[in-house]
Amino acid sequence: MTPITVRVDGAAYTDDVEPRTLLVHYLREQLGKVGTVVGCDTSNCGACTVHLDGEAVKSCTVLAVQADGCEVTTIEGVARGAVLHPVQKAFHEMHGLQCGYCTPGMIMASIDLLKDNPDPSEDEVREGIEGNLCRCTGYQNIVRAVQHAAAEMRGDTSASNGHSGNGHVRPAVVDTAAAPHVAVQA
Amino acid sequence: MTAVEERAEAAAPEVGKARRRKEDARLITGRTQWTDNLVLPGMLHLAVVRSPVAHARIASVDVTAAREAPNVVAVFTGADLAEEQGSLPCAWPVTPDMVNPGHPSVAVDRVNHVGEAVAVVVARSRVAAQDALELVDVDYEPLPVVLDMEAALADGAARVHDHIDSNRSFHFVFDAGEMGTGSATDQAFDDAEVVVSRRFVQQRLIPAFMEPRAVVVQPQGDNYTMWSSTQVPHILRLMLAMVTGTPEHKLRVIAPDVGGGFGGKLQVTPEEVLTFLVARRLGKPVKWAENRSESLMSAHHGRDQIQYIDIASDRQGNVKGLRCRILADMGAYLRLVTPGVPILGAFMFLGIYKFPAYRFECDGVFTNKTPTDAYRGAGRPEATFAVERIMDELAVELGMDPLELRRKNWINADEFPFTTAAGLEYDSGDYDAATREALQLIGYDELREEQRRRRESGDPVQLGIGFSTFTEMCGLAPSRVLGSLSYGAGGWEHAAIRMLPTGKVEVVTGASAHGQGHETAWSQLVADRLGVPFEDIEVLHGDTSVAPRGLDTYGSRSLVVGGVAVVNAAEKVVAKARRVAAHLLEASEEDLEFSGGSFGVRGTPGTGISIQEIALATFAAHNFPEGMEPSIDAEATFDPENFSFPHGTHICAMEVDTETGFVKIRKYACVDDVGTIVNPLIVEGQVHGGLAQGIAQALYEEAVYDEDGNLTTGTFVDYLVPSAADLPHFDTGNTVHAAPGNPIGAKGVGEAGCIASTPAVVNAALDAVRHLGVTDIRMPLTPERVWRPIHQGGDGGDRAPAGSNAYGGAQTETTTGVSTEASALGGDR
Ligand code: FES
Ligand code: FES
Repeated sequence: MTPITVRVDGAAYTDDVEPRTLLVHYLREQLGKVGTVVGCDTSNCGACTVHLDGEAVKSCTVLAVQADGCEVTTIEGVARGAVLHPVQKAFHEMHGLQCGYCTPGMIMASIDLLKDNPDPSEDEVREGIEGNLCRCTGYQNIVRAVQHAAAEMRGDTSASNGHSGNGHVRPAVVDTAAAPHVAVQA
Repeated sequence: MTAVEERAEAAAPEVGKARRRKEDARLITGRTQWTDNLVLPGMLHLAVVRSPVAHARIASVDVTAAREAPNVVAVFTGADLAEEQGSLPCAWPVTPDMVNPGHPSVAVDRVNHVGEAVAVVVARSRVAAQDALELVDVDYEPLPVVLDMEAALADGAARVHDHIDSNRSFHFVFDAGEMGTGSATDQAFDDAEVVVSRRFVQQRLIPAFMEPRAVVVQPQGDNYTMWSSTQVPHILRLMLAMVTGTPEHKLRVIAPDVGGGFGGKLQVTPEEVLTFLVARRLGKPVKWAENRSESLMSAHHGRDQIQYIDIASDRQGNVKGLRCRILADMGAYLRLVTPGVPILGAFMFLGIYKFPAYRFECDGVFTNKTPTDAYRGAGRPEATFAVERIMDELAVELGMDPLELRRKNWINADEFPFTTAAGLEYDSGDYDAATREALQLIGYDELREEQRRRRESGDPVQLGIGFSTFTEMCGLAPSRVLGSLSYGAGGWEHAAIRMLPTGKVEVVTGASAHGQGHETAWSQLVADRLGVPFEDIEVLHGDTSVAPRGLDTYGSRSLVVGGVAVVNAAEKVVAKARRVAAHLLEASEEDLEFSGGSFGVRGTPGTGISIQEIALATFAAHNFPEGMEPSIDAEATFDPENFSFPHGTHICAMEVDTETGFVKIRKYACVDDVGTIVNPLIVEGQVHGGLAQGIAQALYEEAVYDEDGNLTTGTFVDYLVPSAADLPHFDTGNTVHAAPGNPIGAKGVGEAGCIASTPAVVNAALDAVRHLGVTDIRMPLTPERVWRPIHQGGDGGDRAPAGSNAYGGAQTETTTGVSTEASALGGDR
């Protein structure tokens, strides 16, 4: 057993872990941070993506002991109190999720992508989230969500409608009230 | 704003609105309840020892070392559980003489596929259970491995199960001439001016839902609660009772948040039964959660057919008959609906065309592979692929434009309802309208022009355009039809509506969602019918104690069967509330009108009472109609009269690099008619997801076995679920012809994209390289498979591909160069 101290979603934890314990298992099983999930055993799916000292990592490829002294942010820690992160909001607005299993990882990867590239093209989003698999959505609405969030984070309100390139539904211009049923429980 | 405008605004229907989903709140914040999140006091962890060999006699199993391992509580072998495990159920004996070899949850003396359970280890932690797996020592005596379906049916072939006579489970025949639904097929072929015959291969696929399966069982006295990441909690409860002998009323099954299914979780799995048996024995809560490799190897697979298709026509392109002979790989065992999958397709091979004659034959074949069962579309993608591919082949033979041939033969809009030679009555639609819109959406004329230019200039990158003008049957299913096909259950769905004292509404549905957005769509349906706000409605599902009746979610049935049950229950609530309103308003029921959630006396404004107020009055029951029980709650069970038949036109434009074999979808457009659209966002999402899976079959995915029966695509490194970078943008549209068979008018959308897209993609690739003499390319269209027929002829070869073009870089040592002559020998086809 090795002692570690990690800050996760703002709280400090001190624990003894087996040297072979993966960060994702530490988060889920020892800290109860079950919002972060596991989708594969070959680091292909990205479902387990978290931020380690501000950078997106697949938490199944990091040992818990490597996170000693680090700051981890999971999907459970990205909202500011009751206010969703713009990327969370955009996934909801643009219907960027169905079953939601890939969603925590997708959102964490997308936040990281937008940090490096605040105005990504469709292809740049597709390549940027290539390490995250989704079996439900066909990715189009995820791309839409990431670009929508990017526009909002840039403070650009005009750009959010145009790039769907799709004659059928442009969610951003469909009139629905601001989804009052979505709020983070305190 | 005038009062009139205000009323009109309040009455704007919910159905048709792009409501954002209620489900999202917990999913985007990580406040989810996946089965594997569950931790119970004293919970033990179960891990499964799996067979590394495809076919063997189990000579001995030594568990001594495993039992002694630290933190291991128990180890059970097949022999330990043989008495109580029964056989996993197969609910669909498709012929009276179908052979079902039986399916133990844990192998007792034989293993029949790689990944089959041979023992289970139970320990204090997941890690301890997994560590002890390798301490279980199993002695296997190898038996000959049966992998190729055609070889399996040959005289003298080695057998998968030596206690049954052959590797054939069933031989199913539908002959339109004999059934009286069409004319004699052989005659049609004898008389035909043109006959085209092809052999198509539907490769084996893996559903690959993103949430790996997990089960938790908690015994409480003689009661048991099972949480499972299943699509079918109701079916699971019933089957668990039948398999384990535990009375049904002692069982509760909960499907909490479920991370996708696609048919892959439409199952009663060995692991569910084993976790249950172990929890029952030990009297302790037990959890099993799989890892991805286990999932790919042991959760059921899909597709896997060899299709011999003959089409007859005259010289002008009027089709005269279709003949299909199908070999369907069952894998080693029959699971819940394994044999039913090809039979669901049997009635859809005619597509949208007016074939006068039709004959379908199918053999279900055992091989030493993971069992197959439902995967998105279940039988219908296979059928649609065959007919849409053979129509293109016929067009080539006749020198006709593929669209002109389709137009000549499809059912016209004024011919509905139309009964096909397969005996199905198609309900409504307009194939021409959808096609015209799709052509416009993709910019057809410019693409054809570009294709001509590239062809003339001998561009190494050629362009092709492929069509799929498809229909499918949705809304599984009229119970009488299922009965006539010997299915073991009905096809109805149940709903209940509870009006709470505060005016809030609980909607209970038997349809168990796992990503489809039922909570949102059902709220929209009920908001319209009851006139209560969308936000005041809660939809409950996925727990047999909360939603006691149901037949769950698969076969594009939820909205068109389950949604109708919800609507019917709402109508009953309104009828009861009307009686209460009449009593409270001292009016006669006939004089009341109900709109915007309120009853008022016709012609007397300002008299209204809302249904939410009536809910409170019903709770108090102080002043209630004479002889009426104090409740306005209602239930409904809906059994459809007929299937519904969504349709659409899908067009794919594909670039093929003739020098490298690399293919790239340039544009993809589709116009689907799924009837009335309740929520356009959800419908569009379902189409997108379906397209991704259908395109993935065409381009990327294949479950491959080597000559020893090892699954060589057992991780996400080798089984190529496409990423965002591997898929194109989709241009989607809709035409709307309401389904006449249900009050919502919806036809079903969950499987459409997956069913339609695969042949459009393959037809497009072929259209790009036909002029180079290519007549077929085997799926998935990896660069190697595409390059070979261009440069060497043939159809691209039998076996799996060198690391194909998903992931753009995920090729590994294990995938490159697998496709050799030698490896082809062990092929599953
Ligand atoms: S679980 Fe970490 S990449 Fe799949
Ligand atoms: S939403 Fe289900 S896997 Fe992405």
